[in-house]
Amino acid sequence: MSEAIVSETATGEAGAGTRMNMIQAINSALDVMMARDPDVIVMGEDVGYFGGVFRATAGLQAKHGKTRVFDTPITECGIVGVAIGMGAYGLRPVPEIQFADYIYPALDQLVSEAARLRYRSGGQFTAPLTIRSPYGGGIFGGQTHSQSPEGIFTHVSGVKTVIPSTPYDAKGLLIASIEDNDPVIFFEPKRIYNGPFNGHWDRPAENWSKHPGGEVPEGYYRVELGKAAIVRPGEALTVLAYGTMVHVVKATVEEMGIDAEIIDLRTLVPLDIETIEESVRKTGRCMVVHEATRTSGFGAELASLVQERCFYHLEAPVERVTGFDTPYPHSLEWAYFPGPVRIGQALKKILKD
Amino acid sequence: MTVDAKRANLPPLSLHVPEPKFRPGDAVDFTEVAVPPAGAQSRPDTAADPSSFHELAYTLVRVLDENGQAVGPWNPKLDPDTLRKMLHDMALVRAFDERMFRAQRQGKTSFYMKCTGEEAVAIAAAHALASDDMCFPSYRQQGLLIARGYSLVQMMNQIYSNKGDDLAGKQLPIMYSSKEKGFFSISGNLTTQYPQAVGWAMASAAKGDTRIAATWCGEGSTAEGDFHSALTFATVYKAPVILNVVNNQWAISSFSGFAGAEATTFAARALGYGIAGLRVDGNDALAVYAATLWAAERARTNQGPTLIEHFTYRTEGHSTSDDPTQYRSAGEPTAWPLGDPIARLKAHLIAIGEWDEERHVEMDRELAEQVKVAQKEAEKNGILGHGLHQPLDSLFDGVFEEMPWHLREQRQMMLDEEEASGRPWARKQ
Repeated sequence: MSEAIVSETATGEAGAGTRMNMIQAINSALDVMMARDPDVIVMGEDVGYFGGVFRATAGLQAKHGKTRVFDTPITECGIVGVAIGMGAYGLRPVPEIQFADYIYPALDQLVSEAARLRYRSGGQFTAPLTIRSPYGGGIFGGQTHSQSPEGIFTHVSGVKTVIPSTPYDAKGLLIASIEDNDPVIFFEPKRIYNGPFNGHWDRPAENWSKHPGGEVPEGYYRVELGKAAIVRPGEALTVLAYGTMVHVVKATVEEMGIDAEIIDLRTLVPLDIETIEESVRKTGRCMVVHEATRTSGFGAELASLVQERCFYHLEAPVERVTGFDTPYPHSLEWAYFPGPVRIGQALKKILKD
Repeated sequence: MTVDAKRANLPPLSLHVPEPKFRPGDAVDFTEVAVPPAGAQSRPDTAADPSSFHELAYTLVRVLDENGQAVGPWNPKLDPDTLRKMLHDMALVRAFDERMFRAQRQGKTSFYMKCTGEEAVAIAAAHALASDDMCFPSYRQQGLLIARGYSLVQMMNQIYSNKGDDLAGKQLPIMYSSKEKGFFSISGNLTTQYPQAVGWAMASAAKGDTRIAATWCGEGSTAEGDFHSALTFATVYKAPVILNVVNNQWAISSFSGFAGAEATTFAARALGYGIAGLRVDGNDALAVYAATLWAAERARTNQGPTLIEHFTYRTEGHSTSDDPTQYRSAGEPTAWPLGDPIARLKAHLIAIGEWDEERHVEMDRELAEQVKVAQKEAEKNGILGHGLHQPLDSLFDGVFEEMPWHLREQRQMMLDEEEASGRPWARKQ
């Protein structure tokens, strides 16, 4: 992400910048919000004393106390249900689901309760929760540590879905999510917790130290929900991506020398449709990239929206590059993952027409 | 020897599928339902260790005896005014239920659910709780709203989804919500309110508040996973919450055996979690009151949660969409050994010289009139199906705090449909 875009979307008293990876940025967002608002509480499996299996909540319990940062029993429906009750009391809970693959036991509480509480109660009760959960593949997580279930939540009215792709955005978007009065599903792409990923799993891993998105202010700032970022301006085609895939796409188009305009959606619902429309009308071509399985994935919604709204500007069919319609495999991970080769072939195809 | 050879002499396994004692047409005999004498149950200290509740989780706490006297250590020794107010509130719930049931049959609304026979469960609890304690009810605790003085007209407005409806016509009838009365928004999804109540109680404790939470579910709904999650959270954090299980013997057409009642009691479920468990005669308003007061004191003094099983009977159908004669004996409601909660409290008040038949008849007449007046008032705001009571452009309100572009677009699509239909609908002011 360019510095220009960073300064354009951020608001707040950010303070001095420092280098952070995405875990540190998330930890900083939680710390900042707990210091600002006594009603913010953090809860989840292993988040308290231990500081989380990914260290996202490290040090928070020691600093803010056990009644504000605490470990929970292993029951996802309980975690989300309890958080809804806390929200009804007047708190602003930030529960963690250890892996997005384990959010399903909480689906009833999320879909039937949190998402519709404001609507069904005529606004008397609300669910100002932010549910954080590591998601996505690329870490040899196999079937139940790799899934990308965002399409399940974008289908639910009343929930916002947010996915950052840099430490800077992770902190600013998380702060905005916590302050939002609607329930937010905040999926953290765990493949890029420690560094951006170019899709080349056989090359040394990068870290955030040289990436502009790794420069993170220590204080309070927001990256507003519902606003996409143009990660790379270009003319040849528009690529819509989020999370890890933003970096894989960016590396691929640069390796291939393609002048693609890459849009990091950042918020899936509500979607920044204006930025998408403007870009596709300019380029005439659109490709959607996500890790999640293809059929009924969020890419289908994006392709449909682009088709409806930019039909007369399109010079080629909207292309979808996604995970396959299978459970996430362990040993064949890199055959499954939509990496540089699959993206590259799709780029050639869409540009040929 | 092969495994097959070793098993050759074993009888085949058989699957046990529970069956209720009585089906339509059967004569009912409830003598197997154990009803211990009133007053015989011990009343432990509210700080007692949860491990000491075995007996109380399997018996029935009872206060009102066969002669209408209040007896034993659980007698809450209420003054006559409170007793009469509880009797009044229970009778009002019944009058309300009867009128609204009829309104559904008359086509004035789509749906209704009575709580006939279970009035003591909600009314006595509401009297024992502080008015600002938070309730997370299921759909059969309308008595909480009535005891807390919520307007009958507002309840009916909700039932009619009319223009006076606080919930803007968005909810199925009887799914009330009143933040002001500490009555959490009712959900159609069973037992989801259980962990929510525990979370509310945890928040109250974390903030150093003095308010507690109470929640209710039916015995059928105890089978939901949320029940287990809630009890686990409640015990882990010693949450100041009262977990009520209304065991009315029936979950629509399924008898309580399908929730596990053949093997144990619902109060006994508390014991495995390290939660105090009380099993109470749910048709004895004084027992319900005393148990709730006891549990409230336990919660308020940081001794943790209590689970109360209210042993009662669902006298009528599950809802206006249900015909109980299809699956249970018509003789059950009248044969139920714990009687009727209103009749029993009335008998008590008469026995202590604080009430009489004439006053009761007069009260019932007044309550019927009060409900009728409220109904007329509510119907001025419209009944379901008579016109379009909610402004058309309110349909998208409240999905989010602020309406995103895609909902604004869909709202416009709906307004265009209205124009195409040639039937103009009302708009917001």
